[in-house]
Amino acid sequence: MSASIDQISERFTRLLEHSSATPLATVPEPAPSPVAAAPAPNPTTPAPVQRVDHALKGFDLSVAVAPQQVVQAAELLDSEGFALDAITGVDWLAQGEMEIVYDFFHPTTSLHIVIRTRVPRAEPELPTISTVFPGANWHERETHDFFGIRFLGHPNLAPFLLPEDATFHPLLKDYKP
Amino acid sequence: MIAQPETISTGSSSRTPQETFVLNLGPQHPAAHGVLRVLMTMDGEWITKAEPIIGYIHRMHEKMGENRTWAKFLPNTSRIDYLSAMHYTHAYVGAVERAAKIEVPARAEYVRVITSELNRISSHLVWWGALLLDLGGFTPILYAFEDREKLLDLLEGLCGARLTYCYYRFGGLYNDVDDDFLNGTRKFVKEMRPRLKMYRALVTDNIILRKRMTGIGPISAEMCRKYGATGPVIRGAGVAYDVRKVEPYSVYPQFDFKIPTYPECDSMARYLVRMDEIEQSLRIIEQALDGLPAGPFMGKVPRVLKLPAGDYCYAVEAARGRFMVRIVSDGKDTPYRVKLRTPSFSNLSLYEEASRGMILPDALAMMGSLDLVIPDIDR
Repeated sequence: MSASIDQISERFTRLLEHSSATPLATVPEPAPSPVAAAPAPNPTTPAPVQRVDHALKGFDLSVAVAPQQVVQAAELLDSEGFALDAITGVDWLAQGEMEIVYDFFHPTTSLHIVIRTRVPRAEPELPTISTVFPGANWHERETHDFFGIRFLGHPNLAPFLLPEDATFHPLLKDYKP
Repeated sequence: MIAQPETISTGSSSRTPQETFVLNLGPQHPAAHGVLRVLMTMDGEWITKAEPIIGYIHRMHEKMGENRTWAKFLPNTSRIDYLSAMHYTHAYVGAVERAAKIEVPARAEYVRVITSELNRISSHLVWWGALLLDLGGFTPILYAFEDREKLLDLLEGLCGARLTYCYYRFGGLYNDVDDDFLNGTRKFVKEMRPRLKMYRALVTDNIILRKRMTGIGPISAEMCRKYGATGPVIRGAGVAYDVRKVEPYSVYPQFDFKIPTYPECDSMARYLVRMDEIEQSLRIIEQALDGLPAGPFMGKVPRVLKLPAGDYCYAVEAARGRFMVRIVSDGKDTPYRVKLRTPSFSNLSLYEEASRGMILPDALAMMGSLDLVIPDIDR
């Protein structure tokens, strides 16, 4: 028996309340123009746990957490029987931040849940979730390749898809080949 | 270095430890089906660690996506998994249509289902032939390619490509289906059923194949979940996870079809899932041909496409499992970010854990049962 979307979003709300840390930035809506020089203020700070219409967006729940909460979030979804879908980054150059996006799907219900967090662009570090989902090992390694995001506690962040001597991160918005 | 014969007679746990050696498989190796390299630490014939090393044909499709308009990225998506191009373009056009709220006419959705299922059959036929080639049976691939040739001819007639189809467009299709295609597809469905029966008698029930596959390469449902393995891998572990049913898209809910599952978790289970899927695809194609509505094959699409800011996902059931596109738009006519979540990447990521303690020929049989496409992993 698996939990409903209401129960899961309730668990996330509790998780975020009980943790003193607040998410660095909340939601994914990008600034109108990413080339704007000043860091964009958080637009009206939407709720960190958001129900989403699957037909409109392709996922059911979007949760914004602080970087140090990603392991707890992964453990929560693990206990609910979710499977790891993908991990990737988005470089928000104008805001000086990098977003890390975790997708999870459920093997028996239709739920697709997105966990997001943001780290400062100058210091892109956050804990690994490969201790909870061993499959995260490869996804995090790829994200390190493309964005230079360091997953602390990851067993091996050596170049993966890039050449073995690569020191560049091609998906950074200021990357010059 | 070579283990003594008397010490390798039982399972690895009861043997005296041997000096290990490193065996390099690939990146140019026929069993790797492309440029995959596996660095194996061997204890005699037993694998103590098999580390896949990937990236030999990495093309950075995701960066290319940021450098061109939404429409110009479309041909890239058919070059990720070259055996499953219809599904991949489907996911990408689906994501863009979802974001831009483009209505797709029913006729176009039906034709998408027909062509996607034809593509699934042709992909499974390549897998089938190649797997048996890996196991030392040369003949089946000749049979498989004979059937596949008919499919490639049909799809070539529609869109000009035999492999990297770019047939779907935002809002519909590149062109309408003609009678040649419809009649040819009906003929193919009719001819394919007896062929499947023959494949079963010739190959599936063959004792040598059974002995190479049954009980070999166990991958449990829990392992699939932890690594995100999908497609025939998770269905061969008894879980009826299929995006067509679980997160229904296009007009799949209108068709009656089963999700084949086998609970044995071994290579044979994954084999049987795919063979059954070919039958189910034929059922879907028949129903879609019967119900194919008349009408336009293209919806209304703005000439200059700008997607509203935000991120959107679209998942499809490709031949190898769940393929998901995650697009991020900043309101411009080019993508801000395109993430391609490919099934082969996740399916291979469990290889190191699953192959531990296996003997080399079994590990290669298991690799064949994963149905890897290397450009799908490397992107």
